[in-house]
Amino acid sequence: MASWDIMHGSRAVAEAVRLADVDVIAAYPITPQTHIVEDTAKMVADGDIRAEYVKVESEHSAMSVVIAASGTGARTFTATASQGLALMWEMLFVASGMRLPVVMVNANRALSAPISIWNDQQDSIASRDVGWIQLYVETNQEALDTTLMAYRIAEDAGVQLPVMVCMDGFVLTHTVEPVEVPDEEQVSKFLPKFKPQQYLDPKDPMALGPIAFPNVYTELRAMQQQAMDGAMSVIEKVNDEFSAVFNRSYGNGLVEEFKTEDAEVIIVTLGSVAGTIKDVIDERGDSKVGLLRIKSFRPLPEDEIRRALKGAKVVGVIEKDVSIGLGKGALASEVRDVMYGSGDSKILSFIAGLGGRDITLDSVRGVIDTCEKALSEDVETVHWVDLKTE
Amino acid sequence: MIEIRFHGRGGQGVVTAADLLAMSAFYDEKYCQAFPSFGVERRGAPVLAFARMDDKPVRRRNQVARPDYVLVQDSTLLDVIDVSSGLKEGGTVIINTSKNASEIELASDATLYTVDGTKIALDVLGRPIVNTVMLGIFSGITGEVSIDGVKKAVEKRFSGKLQEKNLRAVEIAFEKAGEVK
Repeated sequence: MASWDIMHGSRAVAEAVRLADVDVIAAYPITPQTHIVEDTAKMVADGDIRAEYVKVESEHSAMSVVIAASGTGARTFTATASQGLALMWEMLFVASGMRLPVVMVNANRALSAPISIWNDQQDSIASRDVGWIQLYVETNQEALDTTLMAYRIAEDAGVQLPVMVCMDGFVLTHTVEPVEVPDEEQVSKFLPKFKPQQYLDPKDPMALGPIAFPNVYTELRAMQQQAMDGAMSVIEKVNDEFSAVFNRSYGNGLVEEFKTEDAEVIIVTLGSVAGTIKDVIDERGDSKVGLLRIKSFRPLPEDEIRRALKGAKVVGVIEKDVSIGLGKGALASEVRDVMYGSGDSKILSFIAGLGGRDITLDSVRGVIDTCEKALSEDVETVHWVDLKTE
Repeated sequence: MIEIRFHGRGGQGVVTAADLLAMSAFYDEKYCQAFPSFGVERRGAPVLAFARMDDKPVRRRNQVARPDYVLVQDSTLLDVIDVSSGLKEGGTVIINTSKNASEIELASDATLYTVDGTKIALDVLGRPIVNTVMLGIFSGITGEVSIDGVKKAVEKRFSGKLQEKNLRAVEIAFEKAGEVK
């Protein structure tokens, strides 16, 4: 039976790992992901997850272990954050290049230096080009559900790509809230045992990830992009099927629209701050402002974004990252790229919540005020929200 | 939506108090949320934690800046910070102290209750950890969560002797709150 409980986001992820019946877990603890490691380790020790838990000395090794295990056809899980993701970086390309359906939860956290254990999304945004699917979640429930969906997406025969589930560190991992833990039988119906297309087998030897000479490398990279393109419809399908079994879904799986229909101003964002933005939009009591939450950042659902933003005169992208040197948020620059040639909406970049700075109701109100001002006058394109100037 | 801010010091179980309050609301069949202020919590350093409860899902993720209730576990904080900062009009502050409410001055004209929670904790738990005591007091004074909800939360979080003692502490605190009120 599905059951309601109240739990930390980390625990919700561990429940998903248990329900997904994974075979191999390898992870190295790092704040704010630590409880995911602890909870899954305990579940394995207690026999609640029948998996091999490989203790490793670093995140580079954690990723190496799940890559190797996945290569043998095992369903695998790992989790990390920030510096840990950075240390894995080399192996992230290996997982995607070998087309291995590894699932990882990244508890989004700022990067050093200066050291910050707190939340922003610079870590996963800086890893946007590693060839992983990236799904950003808003709630603990969505973290659990998306971890389950991630296996379906990653293991789909036409996709075969690793998936990174991105959840805001502390803001979700360390927050308790009600979560419905799905029924095991229903999960096994939605997510049956993994049947790999091909795997390392001593009886039928093959090589994974050998050298590619210039005559094939480009084609292999193009195939990764094709798989990403194909993943778009798979993500939608999996979201629909999840909804059919569990009665919950998240927009169309790629994006979630909130009051965008008649909106002149549309805020675009990733992750948990969407909840705060929804409250601020609702308190207005009009239909002038809407929200587009991008759940799938990779693949980036260009058509969905274009369709959702079509009617907006001003688009304000709030994000917890900045591309230093470009001088704006990475998502803002991508939204601008997507909207190029379709309409003349103003696209503003709002850099907020870096290194754990609270994005308050007033922060969001301020962003919306700036966007409304942009309806009738010129405003700066880039805004550092709540920046102290003294 | 009801928003609560907890003040205490590292090592006093402030984060657990917020978690337990959200759990109490959950067992009262309300939507809820609790989280700490995510500091690098050192023993003795001022610590904040937050809780929210509502009849509909709690969506916002910002720290509680405009609380309906403030719970202060350690009265030595009153010399250091303005615990009533941002309190909503008609808001309530509950302080764990042996002093009377009339002996305490707050920066705002909040409704103020004082309870000697440390005494209850020392009597029942044998340790000056007041987080569960504060929840019994909160339930007794405000009625925002039921005493049954608080007890269920304590049962879920603690086991064995610790559970037994904390349940007793909660009950005594709940009754004491009745007197204060």
